[in-house]
Amino acid sequence: MNTFAVNYGNLFSITIPETILEVVSLLVLVVDLGFLRKSTQPARMTAACVLGVIGSVLAGLWLLTHSGTASFAGDALVLNSLVAAAQIGILLLTALVLLLSFQAEFSRNPGEYVAIVLLATTGMMLVAAARDLLVIFVALELLSLSLYVLAAFAKSSALSSEAALKYYLFGGMSAALMLFGFSYLYGLTGTTNLNGIAVSLASQGLSPLVVVAMVLVAAGLGFKVAAVPFHLWAPDTYQGAPAPVAALIASGSKVASFAVLVAVTGSLIPAASASRGATWIVLLVWMAGASILLGNLAALAQTSVRRLLAYSAIAHAGYMLLGIAANTPQSGAAVFYYALTYALTTVGAFGVIAVVERNMGSDRFDAFAGLSRRNPLLAASMLIFLLSLAGIPPLVGFWAKFNLFAAVLRAPGVGAWGLGMVIFALAASAVSLYYYLQVLKRVYVVPAMTDEPMAVSALEQLVLLVIALLVALLGIFPSALSGWIPLG
Amino acid sequence: MLAYTIYLSFAGALILALFPKALQSSARVFALLVALAGLAIALIGFIQAGSSGTVIVADAVWVPALGIRYTLTADGISRVLVLLTGIAAVAGILFSWNIGEKEGDRANEFFAFFLALIGGVYGVFLAADLFLFFVFYEIAIVPKYFLIAIWGSTRREYGAMKLALYSFAGSAMVLIGLLAAYTVSGSHTMNLQAMAQYSFPIHFQMWAFPLIFVGFAILAGMWPFHTWAPTGHVAAPTAASMLLAGVVMKLGAYGCLRVAMTVFPHGLDPWGFSILGLTSWRMVFALLAAIGIVYGAAVALVQNDFKFVIGYSSVSHMGLVLLGLMTLTQIGLDGAVLQMFSHGILAGLLFATVGRIVYERTHTRDLGVLSRLHLGKTMPFAAVLFVIAGMASMGLPGFSGFIAEVQVLIGAWRAFPWFAAVAGVGIVVGVAYTWRAMQRAFFSEATVSTASSGTAHEEHEPYAPVTWAEKAGVALLVGTSLIIGIFPRVLLDVITPAVHALPELLVKGGRL
Repeated sequence: MNTFAVNYGNLFSITIPETILEVVSLLVLVVDLGFLRKSTQPARMTAACVLGVIGSVLAGLWLLTHSGTASFAGDALVLNSLVAAAQIGILLLTALVLLLSFQAEFSRNPGEYVAIVLLATTGMMLVAAARDLLVIFVALELLSLSLYVLAAFAKSSALSSEAALKYYLFGGMSAALMLFGFSYLYGLTGTTNLNGIAVSLASQGLSPLVVVAMVLVAAGLGFKVAAVPFHLWAPDTYQGAPAPVAALIASGSKVASFAVLVAVTGSLIPAASASRGATWIVLLVWMAGASILLGNLAALAQTSVRRLLAYSAIAHAGYMLLGIAANTPQSGAAVFYYALTYALTTVGAFGVIAVVERNMGSDRFDAFAGLSRRNPLLAASMLIFLLSLAGIPPLVGFWAKFNLFAAVLRAPGVGAWGLGMVIFALAASAVSLYYYLQVLKRVYVVPAMTDEPMAVSALEQLVLLVIALLVALLGIFPSALSGWIPLG
Repeated sequence: MLAYTIYLSFAGALILALFPKALQSSARVFALLVALAGLAIALIGFIQAGSSGTVIVADAVWVPALGIRYTLTADGISRVLVLLTGIAAVAGILFSWNIGEKEGDRANEFFAFFLALIGGVYGVFLAADLFLFFVFYEIAIVPKYFLIAIWGSTRREYGAMKLALYSFAGSAMVLIGLLAAYTVSGSHTMNLQAMAQYSFPIHFQMWAFPLIFVGFAILAGMWPFHTWAPTGHVAAPTAASMLLAGVVMKLGAYGCLRVAMTVFPHGLDPWGFSILGLTSWRMVFALLAAIGIVYGAAVALVQNDFKFVIGYSSVSHMGLVLLGLMTLTQIGLDGAVLQMFSHGILAGLLFATVGRIVYERTHTRDLGVLSRLHLGKTMPFAAVLFVIAGMASMGLPGFSGFIAEVQVLIGAWRAFPWFAAVAGVGIVVGVAYTWRAMQRAFFSEATVSTASSGTAHEEHEPYAPVTWAEKAGVALLVGTSLIIGIFPRVLLDVITPAVHALPELLVKGGRL
């Protein structure tokens, strides 16, 4: 089936950023286990994180300076401006997560921690670029396995183990389903290449087997983006995993998964014959509707900020699924824009949660009481993050939402469900303001239990301020990213 | 020039947010200076432009891919409302002069949220791009929540959350309409003028118009979506009540006029069939407005909390604005805009009297308790002030309310005589509740039932004297209302041409 000769030179040139990450992850291990064994814990963590940040920045710089389009082995891996944007975004998110890990005390093995984070990042980047079922699967597994390990990294915490176990069991199950679906697709079309599948599916009728394959693939990818009904792992994992890991799961992993969803959708619904894709669209729209409804309603009842963010993540996944179901180039780009800006905001929010948890030992609402008087800058950052998630202008979350829904409404094939779902989503997002305000009420309104300032390292404060500024400035200049991700 | 009202307010808010704790007590001075500068700019802009047409204030590319420009313009209606915002901002700060006297008042935060709200309001009144309009409109929501939740009183967290959710639900409705309009027009512009030129399909206007109109009317306190208003007003600190009733409710009415009616004028057309005698959205909303006028007044008549009386009177007065908009006649629309201005001033004055001057000294707003305090004797300043404000509010000639109400009623009489009659009843009830509140709070002859509590009050130290800040605020508001009442042409000469320039359908009676 595969008539393409593998050109290793080509492969190397297209995967240089991934290679950089791999090399750095090995380097981190060598440095940490080889040279720093006698050093103190904080020093080892700092060294490992610094190396990791340098690695991500180098990879990102390479991508920035080597823009252009390329592909490998008949589009098994592609590189175009959208993929590059996703990859740069993923690298930025990883760097931010590592910067926020300097103070983390959940592990006695900083070298392994950073190395596995970098491996997960490699997986995300490959997922974003993959256009071949096998490559997609392998890359997703690299990502998932790394994240399972990371979720369990706080060995002394029972919650962390629970989080990892739930994540792993659901993940393993859905990976099996997805692989099963891939095998059907391969059997039906005789190719694993997404373009080939698109061509082949366009020429054949809609057989029950295709529907089964679509359902199975939807289950696998639905798990990665935490869409209802494959969302059950999300609240526990968000709550139990160490804060930086939860941030990574909520950000970079989401970006990569949505990137692959956009690509898969493009191949399952050939643009020329939209009617054949109806099943897939129906699946996506139902998942979207259920996610929006359940995510927003369940978030109303939470008292743990992490669980609240988990349910709100489910709701946000629902909005993005609408954009994927619209299946136009504009809506695909809008999903990228949404996923990237959402991920950035979420990393910031988890950064604040990490600081509060370290000081108060809890992520419940009470722990946030009076934050504005204990650390005004931290409180202001949280204000910006949560309002952006709620979609209040002029923050970037608003533009992401507007751009996404406008793209959905403008898509030609959405007649039956487009307007109805957008109205539903906007009504639900009006509800979402309630639970974001519940957190902000604690931060700004409720009196503090103690007046002593919230201890935060200068680096954390700086990183969180930079993220908050990015969220605010991107909101004021939403076109700033249009070089990579076109709006409208 | 006028654009600096926005930038100054936001810059002031940002600086105040970063104010060091040691400078708490000077936060109010700084805020007052910023607000005064804003008022000065608004006034200069108002005088300079005179009765000329639309003035372009700023225009720049913003989000080219979505056809969104940063365009600010000011026609007569905008300039009048910007002036109102400036006055309300200065008065609001003068009446919150006590914030910052005590440790733990969080004065810098208070004034930061206050100025952020003011900046958003200025922005809405100046925005000429639909999108920009919406952005400023939403910016105004969040500060309101915090102003009420942190510095409010009675059931403040409930009132604040209710207000925020109602506002956000309304703006979600508006956003749906905007997205749909953006999609249907397919044109790459969001300019209000350009969108008004685009003829949207009639059936589209038929559902987009009520959606957007109701979305905005929620904030204007249209019955039956008004319930956030009394609870919000009562819960809010005085300055926030003044702003809420004074300018924020105007945002809603302004949105109804500027967006819903201007962009979708055919949404006002008759449906071609009749439900319960109603034949168009225009009649539906006129009916709701008329109900709101009577309902608000009637409920105000039986309230025991002084602030609730004023809160419901706002619902009633805003009903007049909405009724004026629905008349689709030059005189009715003129009256509606003038009523926005007039109510902005008078509601501010009433809330200041009740919430600040009386409540801060007696610590009660219960009319039953107040009636035993003989405030007419012990607090003559407040009594005289409330008489003036009440007279103005019930529409006595010589004050701004009179001209506005007469114009609205004349317009309404031409368009739908029945609703005009209902609104007239509401105005009569308005006299009654103002009278009742005045009588019970200040001039009650009620003797104290038990001797013990009587002596307690007799021995009560005299109430704290009226401060210079309060006097200045009162002078500003009463003076403005008097000037407009005696020389209404100062505003009408600016409003009339602007209303005349609205789409023809809106001033020529529409299609009945």
